[in-house]
Amino acid sequence: MRLARFVSFALGLLFLSFGNCVRPANAQENPYVVTYDHYLEEPGNLEVEYFSTLGTQRGGNDFHSYWTEFEYGATAWWTTEFYLDAQTTFHDSTVFSGFKWENRIRPLQREHWINPILYVEYEDINGTDKTLKEIVGHDLEADFLEPNAETRREHEREIELKLILSSTVKGWNISENIISAKNLSNEPWEFGYALGVSRPLSLKASAKRCSFCRQNFVAGVEMYGGLGDRYSFGLKDTAHYLAPAVAWNLPSGWTLRLSPGFGMNDNSHQFLLRWGVSREINGFGGMVRRLFGAKS
Amino acid sequence: MRLAFFALLVCAVLLVVSVAPANEQKNWKDKPDDYAELGKAPEKARNRANPLENDPEAVAAGRLLFEDHCAECHGDNAEGGKKGPSLRAPEVQNAEPGSIFWLLTNGVVRKGMPVWSRLPEPQRWQLVRYLKSLGIAEASRPAKEASPKP
Repeated sequence: MRLARFVSFALGLLFLSFGNCVRPANAQENPYVVTYDHYLEEPGNLEVEYFSTLGTQRGGNDFHSYWTEFEYGATAWWTTEFYLDAQTTFHDSTVFSGFKWENRIRPLQREHWINPILYVEYEDINGTDKTLKEIVGHDLEADFLEPNAETRREHEREIELKLILSSTVKGWNISENIISAKNLSNEPWEFGYALGVSRPLSLKASAKRCSFCRQNFVAGVEMYGGLGDRYSFGLKDTAHYLAPAVAWNLPSGWTLRLSPGFGMNDNSHQFLLRWGVSREINGFGGMVRRLFGAKS
Repeated sequence: MRLAFFALLVCAVLLVVSVAPANEQKNWKDKPDDYAELGKAPEKARNRANPLENDPEAVAAGRLLFEDHCAECHGDNAEGGKKGPSLRAPEVQNAEPGSIFWLLTNGVVRKGMPVWSRLPEPQRWQLVRYLKSLGIAEASRPAKEASPKP
């Protein structure tokens, strides 16, 4: 399955390179890898993101999981996103894990003290998924011990719902995600959470374009974990992580993110190193439209 | 299995439908009420003074922010683009800074303008300073607009 790795990398690189040929959007992204805030993609813009997670595994092989995201602003109140996931388990193999499709909808028109976003995701993945993008139910480190040859036979179709609550006060963004997920093959609803706090290093913009200005750096911290399932809700047998995170929004339109995560109990992976690169493409929808013959 | 099929179907419909609204192009000159949202700013917001009114760098910083976040829809010279109205129209140029700041913060989500509270408050005020520095465009003056072409 080296093909899976190649396809995932190639698709990401293709779109990221494509971004160099078009008008860049200087993004003002938060540093979160797991937590969502209430800011949706601008209408007609496409953001292409590549993320990696290097994870340690006690009693087994460490792994490197990676995913490519295509995030499109359908309207100012609706963002739709497509994911391709893959992973390499060291001394084992590289496998394609599957795809995910999420939609985020903003129900309220104006900005409020707390801004809710409704999130719906459909996942079609196999048991090899190690992205750890959402920790729900009793997701434990020990679940990752089985070799890829066995876990790839498990096929999971899952619906995931999130209530995203987010506020921005004096430059600080505070986001809370309440997560529920259901495997469609008669398994119980599972629950989880993600919390994030972040702030740009400077609130004022510089009068000159610069890569290293303080306003381009956003620092924060995330905490995420499982909350059991319908039959055993709570913290027992759940994994939790604390992850400082930093984003560097470059004037060229690129955003780099780095987030070392630390397991907070014995059920968690001890260390997760996450990093990502993304590029926002302005007016992507219009370009596609013109490609199919629409007048500019 | 039926539920999975249904979920996939819903996703497929959403994807197809999503392409259309983002690409909808509007003729802003036909809709003079597009500026009506500015008048909806609450009095408290309208009366807020720009704390960066005397900042000598605010206009230059605001211009960069405009290029990064606004020009795609409102045009490079803020005279209107495919998706957004002119910001050099009298309705905007004569509006109180507080009203423009309020509109930036809240967006006009149902008409396609996103909320810009993602930008910290000082950056939104820098944008307001830049917009107010532009002045009314000649093309926005009714007499010019109505004059016949040679």
